[in-house]
Amino acid sequence: MRILIIEDDREAASYLVKAFREAGHVADHAADGLDGYAMAEAGDFDVLVVDRMLPKLDGLSLIRSLREQKVETPVLILSALGQVDDRVKGLRAGGDDYLPKPYAFSELLARVEVLSRRRAAAPNAEPTTYRVADLELDRLSHRVTRSGQEIALQPREFRLLEYLMKNANQVVTRTMLLEHVWDYHFDPQTNVIDVHVSRLRAKIDKGFDKPLIHTIRGAGYTVRVGPAEGEE
Amino acid sequence: MSRAASAMSALGALFRTTAFKLSFAYLLVFALFAFAALGYVAWNAQRLLSDQFASTIDAEINGLSEQYRLGGLRRLVNIVERRSRAPGASLYLVTTNTGERIAGNVGALPPGVIDRPGQFETDYARTEDADAPASHALVRVYILPGGFRLLVGRDMEESARLRNVIRRAFGYSLLFIGVLGCGGAWFITRRVLKRIDDMTETTRIIMAGDLNGRLKVAGTGDELDRLANNLNDMLDRIGELMHGMREVSDNIAHDLKTPLTRMRNKADEALRLAKTPSELKAALETNIEESDNLIRIFNALLMIARLEAGNAREGLSDFDAAEAVRDVAELYEALAEEAGIPLEVQVEDDLPIHGSRELLGQAVANLLDNALKYGAPPDDGVPAQPIAVAAQRVGSFLEVVVADRGPGIPEAERGHVLERFVRLETARSRPGFGLGLSLATAVARLHGGVLRLEDNVPGLRAVLVLPLRTSGVPLLGSGAAA
Repeated sequence: MRILIIEDDREAASYLVKAFREAGHVADHAADGLDGYAMAEAGDFDVLVVDRMLPKLDGLSLIRSLREQKVETPVLILSALGQVDDRVKGLRAGGDDYLPKPYAFSELLARVEVLSRRRAAAPNAEPTTYRVADLELDRLSHRVTRSGQEIALQPREFRLLEYLMKNANQVVTRTMLLEHVWDYHFDPQTNVIDVHVSRLRAKIDKGFDKPLIHTIRGAGYTVRVGPAEGEE
Repeated sequence: MSRAASAMSALGALFRTTAFKLSFAYLLVFALFAFAALGYVAWNAQRLLSDQFASTIDAEINGLSEQYRLGGLRRLVNIVERRSRAPGASLYLVTTNTGERIAGNVGALPPGVIDRPGQFETDYARTEDADAPASHALVRVYILPGGFRLLVGRDMEESARLRNVIRRAFGYSLLFIGVLGCGGAWFITRRVLKRIDDMTETTRIIMAGDLNGRLKVAGTGDELDRLANNLNDMLDRIGELMHGMREVSDNIAHDLKTPLTRMRNKADEALRLAKTPSELKAALETNIEESDNLIRIFNALLMIARLEAGNAREGLSDFDAAEAVRDVAELYEALAEEAGIPLEVQVEDDLPIHGSRELLGQAVANLLDNALKYGAPPDDGVPAQPIAVAAQRVGSFLEVVVADRGPGIPEAERGHVLERFVRLETARSRPGFGLGLSLATAVARLHGGVLRLEDNVPGLRAVLVLPLRTSGVPLLGSGAAA
């Protein structure tokens, strides 16, 4: 995956470039809004990570200009202004996700990976059925089966599993789950999400040899076949 | 500096004061008024006087021409001679059609005057003292049948006298206004200046760092007193804020220093003692956890500060609080169940409010978090009492209640726990930063409501009271889109 980091703080940028490369991605860096705009427009990137406050051209204007030029590369906005209305402004400008500073790299990585995948999959061809190994989720009939056995889920559990399976093989963080399943953007201070996931896990994995829902230490969860790296 | 120069500069300072400038402006305005009034009076008096002269002259001309008609030139001359001799007489002159004097008390006239019928002003000299300087008079020349000229006039000396009186009045009043005005200006300036200088001095001392100083209030209730009172109130408020800031920064220093120090020590220890990569890894992972906690504290603090500054207002919208509360309750239900505490949720339908669903959700989440953390009764084998979550309409307000059956908070501590970083001694052993209730309070305030802590006998009953949206009235930010 090719990632462009548009960030004026050199130290932060080089940390990100290094960290993304270690995670197996290609990362480029632009130090101001104009360079960032030129590179984003010309290069074929999978995700842009844009700092909101940039010299020469601020982050939101940069995103707006890109969208006007029909550059639809997914954008994740990094901002020191981590408030509700700032998020709304960022998304309204054409951003796809928003992460307030300071953040954990694992959170950023998880979000960037999910964003890039969203791009890879054609937006209109979202499948009606998700399948991971012998686990199947039908989005239309709201049925979940494993090895042909039907599993009864609460509506919220269904949405939780749906989101996990939509991003199968990707790490999703607790914050991402709270955002997409409960539509809240605050920081889940306690292990509220963990309890929901472990309930879901009890229904999905109990009685089967191979667990599908995995906990990734320091990051979040993933649905995949076989153990994941960093699994507890 | 010489004495004269210092006196000059003191005078200069006086001239520059607002009080002096104001007094001077008033002085000018009053002088203008006085002059306008006097001028009007003078002009009217003059006009009245000349009107009177004119009518006297007209009456005499009429009378004399009547005498001429009745008794001819002789009779006219007789009457004119007689009247001319009377003390304080008017001016009379009868001439032939070539201007030769026949009778009267007017000696010299500018040439041509006698040939101009009608009323006008002219210079003249009396016959009895031809050497006297020419006087000024209002005259009327009438041409009698037969070509004789009759001139009747009144000396304008009276009018000149009146003018003099008025001119003197002008002068005196100017002097009066000037002296009184300057004196008054000086007095007021000195008085006001003295008080303002005192105030300036006090504020200077306060600015230099002594925030306990206060301005003197004279007790007269005038505007300077009001200003002093307001400034004093402002200083009180600044003092409070400073105190609050100091408290917050002390608390931040403490609460951030502790985990920072722990982090630093652990890293140091790992660097010195760790033998295996896995030990090092474990130390690093603890470090990351600690820094995540720091980030959380930091974010929460920033959010509270932002809410208290009222900056989040623009992101507000209309939404149904019932749904928001239900969602959060559902989010925590699993956790509560895990902890063995049932959650009793009673949420009325349709509770429209104007605000932030996000922030309300977070506030309720914080209350639930607290209830689950501290609301559990001591573990003595008794089954846990449920935590009640309710949202209901009370008048024009929405009340969101989270009530537990735990030990509660002593009444004396209830106000205190709403402050940042305040944690009761009994809570020290549990995880948390002491920011949850502060944030909930800030959220309530942003929505124009309050957070009340009550006794649930036993337990704590936390009530978020928020104003409901009155239907039909488009609220800020919602009406514009429609």
